Amino acid sequence: MKTVHKIRWMLMVSMMLWASASHAKDLRIGLASEPSSADPHFHNLGPNNQLMKTIFDPLVDTDDQQRISPRLATSWRTVTPTSWEFKLRKGVKFSDGSAFDAYDVIYSACRIPLVKDSPSRFTTYTKAAVRFEVPDPHTLIVHTKSPYPLLPVDFSTWGVISAKANGVDGKAINFTAEGCGAIKYPESAEFNEGKAAIGTGPYLLVSFRRGEGIRLKRNPGHWGPAPAAETVIMKALTADGPRVAALFAGDVDLIESPPLQDLERIKANKNLKVAQGISNRVIYIHMASGMPTAPSVTGTNGKNPLADVRVREALSIAINRDAIVSRIMGGVAIAAGELLPPGMFGAHAAGQMKPPSFNVDRAKKLLADAGYPNGFGITLGTPNDRYINDAQVAQAVAQMWARIGVKVEVDAMTSATFFSRRNKQEFAVFLAGWGSGTGEMSSPLKALLATADKNKGFGATNPTGYSNKALDEGLTQALQTVDDVAREELLRKTSRIGMSDWAIIPLHFEVTPWAMNSKFNMLPRVDQHTLPADVTFSK
Amino acid sequence: MLRRLAQSLFVIAAMMVIVFFGVYLIGNPIDILISPDASLQEIEDTKIRFGFDQPIHVQFLQFVGNALQGNLGRSFVHGESAVGLILHYMPATLELAMLGLIFAIVLGLPLGVYAGYRAEQWQGKAIMTGTIFGFSLPNFWVGMLFILFFSVHLQWLPSTGRGETVEILGLHLSVFAPGGLKYMLLPALTLALYKASLVARLARAGTQEALLQDYVKFARAKGISESRILFLHVLKNILIPIVAVLGLELGSMIAFAVVTETVFSWPGMGKLLIDSITKLDRPVIVAYLMMAVLIFVTINLVVDLLYTWLDPRVRLIGEPS
Repeated sequence: MKTVHKIRWMLMVSMMLWASASHAKDLRIGLASEPSSADPHFHNLGPNNQLMKTIFDPLVDTDDQQRISPRLATSWRTVTPTSWEFKLRKGVKFSDGSAFDAYDVIYSACRIPLVKDSPSRFTTYTKAAVRFEVPDPHTLIVHTKSPYPLLPVDFSTWGVISAKANGVDGKAINFTAEGCGAIKYPESAEFNEGKAAIGTGPYLLVSFRRGEGIRLKRNPGHWGPAPAAETVIMKALTADGPRVAALFAGDVDLIESPPLQDLERIKANKNLKVAQGISNRVIYIHMASGMPTAPSVTGTNGKNPLADVRVREALSIAINRDAIVSRIMGGVAIAAGELLPPGMFGAHAAGQMKPPSFNVDRAKKLLADAGYPNGFGITLGTPNDRYINDAQVAQAVAQMWARIGVKVEVDAMTSATFFSRRNKQEFAVFLAGWGSGTGEMSSPLKALLATADKNKGFGATNPTGYSNKALDEGLTQALQTVDDVAREELLRKTSRIGMSDWAIIPLHFEVTPWAMNSKFNMLPRVDQHTLPADVTFSK
Repeated sequence: MLRRLAQSLFVIAAMMVIVFFGVYLIGNPIDILISPDASLQEIEDTKIRFGFDQPIHVQFLQFVGNALQGNLGRSFVHGESAVGLILHYMPATLELAMLGLIFAIVLGLPLGVYAGYRAEQWQGKAIMTGTIFGFSLPNFWVGMLFILFFSVHLQWLPSTGRGETVEILGLHLSVFAPGGLKYMLLPALTLALYKASLVARLARAGTQEALLQDYVKFARAKGISESRILFLHVLKNILIPIVAVLGLELGSMIAFAVVTETVFSWPGMGKLLIDSITKLDRPVIVAYLMMAVLIFVTINLVVDLLYTWLDPRVRLIGEPS
């Protein structure tokens, strides 16, 4: 009797175990790079930002196309040209139980410029706000110095933490652009330990252990729709081979950026599938057109050939973008005619801004007209571990340029060296990529093509000396135009100014692949983020 | 003893200078750490905050000054103290290296002794051929094959990471966690393969030599069983060179298990080193290499002590005999 009971009990337990194993709604993700902290304000970089959006909420959300939509704020509008009113969501609670209101937003904005040891602060996205006003706890008015249409976009990039949970009375905060006075803020380490990781987002942080993984569980008190997976484990598998092997071995359910050469093998496996979508990142070649003498250029008697628009056009149309896309990128890229993919804010509609057509004869003629019938020599700098197949693309470009008589030496190096050397203006031409952080056209124009100007915040990634007054003016005007329709038109016009001046050579837009177990579904995002809350179960 | 200490200090100082200036030459960490959206002003502010605007010799003197007070700086990437970061990753590497060492001894020693005993028969030759594979197959390739066979094909063992850990005396260890050993098996075996071959070869040579000695003949004449002769008397006498070599190998396993840790995504110090190098996280790189020197110095000391224990004839210099 007793043994029968025992056996029955054991059976029951094993059934329960089996049941829980097969019905467990777990999601295990293999990340390509590890977030450096769980602190939402520590490091403004992709891997950190996707974790931030999982545990915390920004005021404004961005959808898979990076268009803005409501999140902690339900609506926003401009009251005057220099002030924005945000209506905040009611009934939202932080995971410690404290209620969310406008003061938490101010508290977060106060903390951002003060995060200790942060290698990249979020001040880029808070500095526009010079004053806050709180008519009632669920209405926030933000004042800016000048008309600033990108404020909602800026407020979609940083997460809101709780003032109350950190023992601060939000009403007492006196926000000024210089600082908020002596207030207690949590240390970055307290987020990693979990103590301060109190958010309103779809998941709660269970543990953050560097190297070993990040554990999350569904936030039962989340204001929005409940995400599909109950628990999430994110592991950093930074090496490509092991990451793919882990997917094949069933150790993870979903991986970021599988290498292009493995995509076919993954698709051939009936348990696995690939999801891919265009990204906001353009791969481009920039030319030192504004320097009196370009480094590494030979055979021009010291002249800078890149200063001549005909040379720039020749270099651009000598590139067979379709060949690069199909041969080197395995079809997983889209040839580019400007700096932002069609469909995004400020970009032209599909087909309106086609990639320059490939024409070797015209390129040769342009070079001859410019006074370089025999071409010249130049060094093309490129990173070899930053973008998908970056060094191979540079090699292909070098060969295409060789066909019009431009002798190219490719100087490929690790990104740590590349970016330092590029910022020191050591390259006459270099290959790099730009992902539009704001999801609209002003981001690449401002960073890559506008004249470098510290006071205006223009040209931070324009180490080429390129300067075009019409482009600068168009951009400045666009950045002060609050009306969306008018601004989008201005941005398109400014983009056309840059492209018709052959200021830069857009090559292609990266397409981001994800690989996953067929049990799961995921919508690809242009910002390349992997958000666990967006992963659903098939069936 | 004192001289050895001075030597080690010199090595550490030289390491500091080489690494500090070497990493400085590669590039500026802010160039890769900062968000591309940051403005020129913000980039400059960040450089000032981290002290990168100072000339390199000033940065170096500041670093040395802090180091003398026991502060090796904070990681540029993680904002935590470099030493703390290394200590966080250390238990994972230590337990993996220890398990690898145990595998190397358990596999290599008996095989080697047996190969020496049967040196001219096929068993001995087969074992020696096997060790050639152990020597010549590159670590990462063996690891990949293990993953392919045991994880992807058979799906018996996990391919990556560390699994659960339990906290013992403040250290997060997975050896003692349920299922933790499963995660360690493949990486530890990969690490052990080369070492096991080395041990087997050393043991074989030693055994062959020892078998000709008088004490073995005497023991045989006394009628002691062959296995007792081999694994008690012979083994004891051949251990000294093996311990010396294993000591050094343990050091390199702890400090430079980089390849194995990368292949298995094992969150150990080697992986930290690689990640820090790619992000130019200078404080962590410097602290790590100084730690490596410290580990080697310590292990050499322990090996010397083990000698005297194994062979009473060996005396540490300076000790009265």
